[in-house]
Amino acid sequence: MSYLADVAALTRKDLRVELRAKDTLPAMLLFVLSTLVVFHFALPEGTGEDAAYGLLWVAIVFTALLGLARAWVPEQEHGVFDGLVLAPCDRSAIWVGKSVATLAFLLAAQVVALPAFALFFAPLDGVALVGVLLADIGICAVGSLLAAMAAAGRARELLLPLLLLPLSIPLIVGGVGAAISTEPGRYLVLLALYDGIFAVLSWASFEYVVTES
Amino acid sequence: MSSAFARIQGLPALAAFAAGMMGLALLLAFFIAPEDGDQGISQRIFYIHVPIALTAYFCFGLGAWKALLLLWRGEERHDLESYVAIHQGTIFGTLTLITGAIWARASWGVWWSWDSNQLVLFLTLFLFYCAYFMLRFSLPEGPRRARSSAVYALFGVALIPVSFLAIRLAEDFIHPTTFTRDGPQMTGTMFTAFCVSWAAVTLLAYVLYRVELVGKRLHTDLRELREALE
Amino acid sequence: MTGGEYVAAAYGVVFVFVLVYVAIIAAKLVRLQRDTAELLELARRRGEDA
Repeated sequence: MSYLADVAALTRKDLRVELRAKDTLPAMLLFVLSTLVVFHFALPEGTGEDAAYGLLWVAIVFTALLGLARAWVPEQEHGVFDGLVLAPCDRSAIWVGKSVATLAFLLAAQVVALPAFALFFAPLDGVALVGVLLADIGICAVGSLLAAMAAAGRARELLLPLLLLPLSIPLIVGGVGAAISTEPGRYLVLLALYDGIFAVLSWASFEYVVTES
Repeated sequence: MSSAFARIQGLPALAAFAAGMMGLALLLAFFIAPEDGDQGISQRIFYIHVPIALTAYFCFGLGAWKALLLLWRGEERHDLESYVAIHQGTIFGTLTLITGAIWARASWGVWWSWDSNQLVLFLTLFLFYCAYFMLRFSLPEGPRRARSSAVYALFGVALIPVSFLAIRLAEDFIHPTTFTRDGPQMTGTMFTAFCVSWAAVTLLAYVLYRVELVGKRLHTDLRELREALE
Repeated sequence: MTGGEYVAAAYGVVFVFVLVYVAIIAAKLVRLQRDTAELLELARRRGEDA
């Protein structure tokens, strides 16, 4: 299927660019670890574990924002955006490629951050990790689209957090719920539903957001 | 094509009708509906607060519908219609939060409760649509702004069921659920008063929406006229 | 505050909002009127030149 081949090519391109430039991933990694250290000092003595989970999710969302803010920059810096859009592939494939690449970066950062969190703050069981994965998918799917929207205007670094934060609230509800609730199943269903609805919406509307006229 | 004049003729009659409905609603809410046993007189805020909340959702829905029309049919006027509808939605959303806070203070003694998921999720939606304006003001005018705004508006409407699901899935202890799966938990007269109030507030929002649209279109027409004359 | 005062406050807020809206529309009308007057002036001048 040529669509999947296009997506794979685009994702590979993004990963290769990052591997060569090495600017986004180290920044995300350092950011999430620093944030965890800040949490240690921000949480007063004797705070329950639940607060730690809440802060974990704040860290995840802001790390994702960092990655997303940089997501379309390689294209814009090299004036490739218009070229990319003119490329002979379905424009939505561009969105899929970018989302998958961003997801890869986020997961890579979390591979280090989550064990660190589990070690120093609160345990993370399998269900919580599934929650993290599902929420990551949601953040990257919606975030890639919003980042493309914001990229067209001015003050895009300010705009992206404003656009993403309200949309990330159901994901945070789901993620924290999956970690702390006695019935995590419902929260995982919420996350899966969110991913389903918003991934499809983002996929379908990407084309409208990037076309010039 | 004179867009400003095209649809204005019915508007004064509609506005008069809305005024009449509102009068009837107030009459029912204050003089005819019985007083609630548990909450006393402060329960009557329900007749204005819930319709306003529902109307805010209605406005966001209207905005999303116009957004869909824009993406689907590509007619430029839908962009302005969508924008104005969402503007109305934010105004009624602000009113929802204010009247809700007053009711909360009257019933539970606090202005706000983070425990109430319904409140928090409405706030989420409200913030979402406030960001809509940030998006619009940062993009240069043109079809791309129109389309991005439209996509964003549609995302908001998709957020609503997801948010409601989160309410139902998570636990909620405080916010009174007047409409459970068994139907409205109130007497017949109260229900009538509620429905009339709901209709009145929705009509009010719609009239304001139309008035704002006329004003904006007039402004655009005048701008075009100015360009033609200069 | 008694319950009745809260009810009055809630309905009062709505009332005030609608009045503020009327005020904003009035301001817009003033601006529209000024624009129309300017354009009328432009049109008249055009008519004289032609």
